[in-house]
Amino acid sequence: MLEKMIFGRYIPGDSFIHRLDARAKLIFVFLFIAIVFIANSWITYGILFVFTFLIIRMSKIRLYFLINGLKPVVLLIIFTFLLHLIFTREGSVIFEWKFIKIYEEGLRQGIFISIRFFVLVILTSILTLTTTPISITDALEALLNPLKKWRLPVHELALMMSISLRFIPTLMDETDKIMKAQMARGSDMTSGSLKERMNAIVPLLIPLFVSAFKRAEDLATAMEVRGYKGGEGRTRYRKLEWATRDTVILLSLVVLAIILLYFRQ
Amino acid sequence: MDITLQQVSYAYAKNTPFEKRALFDVNLDIPSGSYQAIIGHTGSGKSTVLQHLNALLKPTEGSIKIGDVLVKADQKNKHLRKVRQKVGIVFQFPEHQLFDETVLKDIMFGPMNFGVPAEEAKSRAIELTRLLGLPEEVLEKSPFDLSGGQMRRVAIAGVLAMNPEVLVLDEPTAGLDPRGRKEIMDLFYRLHQEKGLTTVLVTHSMEDAARYADRIAIMHDGKCVLEGTPQEIFENEERLLDYRLELPQCVKFQKKVEQMMGKKLPTICLTEEKLAEELARLMKEEREV
Repeated sequence: MLEKMIFGRYIPGDSFIHRLDARAKLIFVFLFIAIVFIANSWITYGILFVFTFLIIRMSKIRLYFLINGLKPVVLLIIFTFLLHLIFTREGSVIFEWKFIKIYEEGLRQGIFISIRFFVLVILTSILTLTTTPISITDALEALLNPLKKWRLPVHELALMMSISLRFIPTLMDETDKIMKAQMARGSDMTSGSLKERMNAIVPLLIPLFVSAFKRAEDLATAMEVRGYKGGEGRTRYRKLEWATRDTVILLSLVVLAIILLYFRQ
Repeated sequence: MDITLQQVSYAYAKNTPFEKRALFDVNLDIPSGSYQAIIGHTGSGKSTVLQHLNALLKPTEGSIKIGDVLVKADQKNKHLRKVRQKVGIVFQFPEHQLFDETVLKDIMFGPMNFGVPAEEAKSRAIELTRLLGLPEEVLEKSPFDLSGGQMRRVAIAGVLAMNPEVLVLDEPTAGLDPRGRKEIMDLFYRLHQEKGLTTVLVTHSMEDAARYADRIAIMHDGKCVLEGTPQEIFENEERLLDYRLELPQCVKFQKKVEQMMGKKLPTICLTEEKLAEELARLMKEEREV
């Protein structure tokens, strides 16, 4: 049921993107988020779109799988598209039906925002799909390390993140299990009126919370038993290594930014 | 209610990189009123079979006939509700499904979902707590305040309260102490005999399968590789070893004794009581000779 969800999952592989240093990928995604906002015309958005497809190709993740896994986000995209479509009142009217008026600018804005949303979601998904949660955390810790001077608890933040990422699939499985158990007892979460469905969520959420708290407690105990006492003096088993390809991928972003600035209106 | 699996195949996460075939062409016939055990090693697909028995999973290929409902890949969920009422599943660690404020409400949850009036559901709940050996005062307690063993019993009561015709048990005694184990297994057996409940037991325990089941199916790597009466199954030790399974303790013991005495007992004894009886008879005969 939930097995199609792809958030926080890692697909093992050996593509160019898989082999990149996690730090490079993180920086890449952050810069990309900023660069996306340069685009403001058909050409620039088109370039973004093509760029994203190139990255997908390089990651060797099947497009069908990617799109299918992003279904919940697609709903959100459609929703924002409709909002822009209906509430933007600029340009000439291209469609009119009773009280709904659709303006040219609304359509344009709607499409642009959808593309922006789409490329952002795809690229961040590719980041998590091609990088193990543990290396994302390592990378984040390495990148934030300078902030330690200002007493930011970098190690603790990274640990919190890795634990939450680590438990997404576990909690998904757990949800699936409890959902099935309650369905076997006649609770129906997939049909009925909105109120009925809301009621059907309670028997799912309560056991889920109970087990999540139990798990958290067990995990804390297990860590303490193994002598965990924070990041102080901790050495590393995995080393991050910056290679030429990491520099190359970041340079490609600079090129993208320059092209976008050139075609921008 | 008969359940028939015909050429059932199932794949998890179909059409994703995580796709995993779990079942291959499983055929199994569970006639009404029988006690069927399904045994297999971890990962052999037995829990997947179990979820097919009340249409929580639909086969990706093949079909399952549950009573008069035929379940196939493209079946709409609407028709499956009545199947779920008739086939009760006690999942592994069923206490994880408890959620309501009081034990009473939790037990009533199942039957009320299927439209049983509150009064009736309540009387069933009271009767079941007694049957499962729980003190009556637990009914008003929160299920989260009970001990592990009591929570297990409450969860089992929650499934039995739906008055299913078929009871599917997935390792119902995992993690219980030996005494609680025996009490619960004996209770299921009594229900099976008194109410004619068709029972499907998914288990690791060869002993439980030997003691209670009429028929045993052995799963290995997603296939149903052996099927037959306990006697037939336990006659063939080598084949069991192929599937990384062992004989039940008392059959093992019987073989050792037979080796020592150089004699064979007329049948394979599935319980300690039966074995003791047979051995006593054999010794008596020896003395008379």
